[in-house]
Amino acid sequence: MKTVVTFEVNGEPREALADTRDTLLELLRDRLGLTGTKEGCSNGNCGSCTVLVDGEPVCACLVFGGEVEGAKVLTIEGVAASNTMHPVQAALIKYGGTQCGFCTSGIVLSAVALLRRNPQPTDHEIRHAIAGNICRCTGYGKIVEAIKAAAVDLQEARL
Amino acid sequence: MLELHYNRPTTLRDVVGLLDGGAARLLAGGTDLIPQLREGRRSASRVVDLKRIPELNAVERGPDGGWRIGAAVTIGKLGQNSAFAIEHRALLASAQLIGSLQIQNRASLGGNVCNAAPSADAVPLLICLGATAEIVGPGGRRIIPVASVAMAPGRTSLVDGEVLVALVLPAVRPRTAAAYERFTPRREMDIAIAGAGAWIELDAAGAIVDAKIALASVAPTTLFATQAQQALIGSKPSSALFTEAASVAAREARPISDTRGSEDYRRHLVAVLSRRVLATCAAELGCKIE
Repeated sequence: MKTVVTFEVNGEPREALADTRDTLLELLRDRLGLTGTKEGCSNGNCGSCTVLVDGEPVCACLVFGGEVEGAKVLTIEGVAASNTMHPVQAALIKYGGTQCGFCTSGIVLSAVALLRRNPQPTDHEIRHAIAGNICRCTGYGKIVEAIKAAAVDLQEARL
Repeated sequence: MLELHYNRPTTLRDVVGLLDGGAARLLAGGTDLIPQLREGRRSASRVVDLKRIPELNAVERGPDGGWRIGAAVTIGKLGQNSAFAIEHRALLASAQLIGSLQIQNRASLGGNVCNAAPSADAVPLLICLGATAEIVGPGGRRIIPVASVAMAPGRTSLVDGEVLVALVLPAVRPRTAAAYERFTPRREMDIAIAGAGAWIELDAAGAIVDAKIALASVAPTTLFATQAQQALIGSKPSSALFTEAASVAAREARPISDTRGSEDYRRHLVAVLSRRVLATCAAELGCKIE
């Protein structure tokens, strides 16, 4: 069945004509053309489709489009101000925390949510926050280093 | 998945109306239901989203000092309630073993109960703590123990048209403690090969007056180890007592062998985990056990 979903994506009001069976992931990628959010396992195990719904990280593949009516969604396309990188993105590049890049959008969103909630996380807290984001390239060490560095950068930017 | 109607009612009365005629499924977090529908493991022509119904989305104090948790309340939201988190640290910790933060931000406690998986991590302590399920249907409201909701893997005792509205926990009594542990090959994002939850109550002299042990992933539904419970009552906590009760629990388990673990391995895990959770309860109550 056709349906119209009205919600906010990356700070802008959007309206999407969708099928009731569409997940948020399909809504974002296929209806709105926001292909930065990646489809990995489609059942909530890999976290590559992580986006923030009303500030909380969720797997976009486990949400029907209709469920986000009226919600605020943040995707990888919206984490940085135009023409700059978010400190988490910059740190992932600097520390080699990305190889094939497929998990990166999800990792960035999980890290952004963590650092908003907890600006000075421990290694354990970082690892817990990204436990739902599977990376098969880097082995997580560099990702954890990058998120730690981004936390420091964000702290300094606030001072 | 064939054509799907999606509804987002705002009252319980509307939900019950939409369930008329079957083939409808209730949607709380969707972390189990959505993959089940997409992979064809369950079918539905209608999903009824429960997240806009105030009664199903509130965490409230009960009149007796217990808690009433709306069936669609997410594990994430439950953890943000600091009074609940302090009072039910062990139960909350068991729920926080479910999936990742992404999952916990959608998945509900009510969904963990109604998905009726034998491995449901939040269920052992819910039933040890004496939680009841408030169910509304065409016939009105009824209350049953949470232990009576799951009938078989993926199947509940709720009939067509009924909705789990809330999980109700009685007030925490003094001199009681609870703990849950599971075993998984990976620390996160895994499903229990076996799990054990325990709750004990001591009298003023330090003897166990009541005890509950509930086992996950070793029977078609979460299983009370009733003989192990009996073995504990009347004695003071001790290492020997816990080892004995844990071995009784292992005999009571009815595990299958599958890709995650063999029957023997699961029984062994039940003994180890039961002993550990009993020791955690005793330690929490200040018992020095030798």
